[in-house]
Amino acid sequence: MDLTGVGYDIAVVGTSWGGLAALRQLVAGMPTTFGMALVLVQHRHKDSDHLLRVLLQERTELRVCEVEDKMPIEHGGVYVAPPDYHTLVEPGHFSLSTDAPVRYSRPSIDVTFSSAADAYGHRTVGIVLTGANADGSMGLRRISDRGGMALVQDPATAESPTMPAAAVLTVPRARVMPLTGIIDYLAGLPAGEPEREGA
Amino acid sequence: MALPVSDGRSLPGPPLAYNSDLERLEIELLLEGVFRHYGFDFRSYAFASIRRRLWKRVEGEGLHTVSELAARILHDPDAMERLLLDLSVNVTAMFRDPSFYQEFRDRVVPLLRTYPFIRIWHAGCSTGEEVFSMAILLEEEGLYDRARLYATDINDVVLQRARQGIFPLDRMQEYTENYIRAGGKQSFSKYYTAKYDGAIFKPELTRNIVFSQHNLVTDRSFSEFNVIFCRNVLIYFDKALQNRVHSLFYDSLVMFGVLALGSKESLKFSQYEPCYEKLSPTEKLYRKVR
Repeated sequence: MDLTGVGYDIAVVGTSWGGLAALRQLVAGMPTTFGMALVLVQHRHKDSDHLLRVLLQERTELRVCEVEDKMPIEHGGVYVAPPDYHTLVEPGHFSLSTDAPVRYSRPSIDVTFSSAADAYGHRTVGIVLTGANADGSMGLRRISDRGGMALVQDPATAESPTMPAAAVLTVPRARVMPLTGIIDYLAGLPAGEPEREGA
Repeated sequence: MALPVSDGRSLPGPPLAYNSDLERLEIELLLEGVFRHYGFDFRSYAFASIRRRLWKRVEGEGLHTVSELAARILHDPDAMERLLLDLSVNVTAMFRDPSFYQEFRDRVVPLLRTYPFIRIWHAGCSTGEEVFSMAILLEEEGLYDRARLYATDINDVVLQRARQGIFPLDRMQEYTENYIRAGGKQSFSKYYTAKYDGAIFKPELTRNIVFSQHNLVTDRSFSEFNVIFCRNVLIYFDKALQNRVHSLFYDSLVMFGVLALGSKESLKFSQYEPCYEKLSPTEKLYRKVR
């Protein structure tokens, strides 16, 4: 895969407690021309249904899907990680796994983030929002160390500060801002040219 | 640049300064070596998953690179055993996705009642949670005595465990809840006896189960089935291998036979979609129609 171009192909977002309101605000703030794939990992109960997807779809014109195995990753698509699976990012598509929970979480934000860093390198944006545990910080570090962009919600403005505070501690290079700042910043980042899988 | 420390909090994975092209080469060489020396073919597994599992084994062995792991497993069959468990054990639960079992009762059981004899294949049965769940369901529907369940897996160690029918006692609360929501008709505890930290399932439940080693990657079809279960196994395969296994399933199903996939698996991304119709609006139950 060509990793030399400018622009970002994929933004991965991790959140737990307080995440629903934050994610609704985030997707509502993305322009209809948003050029990256937007992947949302929200901790939730293993038996939760499609409600999260529906609640997000209400707030955006972009197409929101719940990830299925081998689903293609497309620019401008919004993807919700399904409950009770890990969502892994591969170049051009998703793979799922039922491997053991990581730090009690499945989906694990760390697993999605680090696979995105491995598949898309510096063309990855990682975003950690409100949450009541430390998931996501190691994965965000992987993204940052691979040259990707790390964004963290200012813990002081997060409904639950634990997750963003852990991310700031683990990734001191991360840009820290309130949710509205993250939304504007993300919407303004250059997106990569859509490329076909295997190209 | 500091490397991630193995404090148990860091993710298993390559060191930060790792060259990803080199890593892919190392992984491909290891998988080629495993195939040529031991005969297990993981070369068409989904890369992101196998990579995660390999790095976990690198850490577990106290090593630092995939190449070091390759050297160890080629010279040490015990290390290969450990890797095989890492790569081939799929974590599951009894009555995982209760709505799936409820839907199976509602939509597939009536079809099965029309057959004098029912052959069911659990492909990639792992430690047996699903096949025991199905034995219980069929027993409650009065179909078990005309059914034969073929439970296969690549890994002999997990098959041995499946045969024993002993599951961790501390999972029984979760499994009982699943069972009730799956439309269970009895008290779940009547199916097992608690002993130490295990729940020993009634041996009668295995009377019509045949456990056998079968490799989805390299072995051919071995019979014709009315139902094939393959839930959350194909997610570990790449798309080319998924298509090959779908071809095997297609050839192994009788006309109007039923294919049951995991709730986030789909025929949509395979070339066999036109051969099936959906049996359920919500669950991944498909019926072979051409």
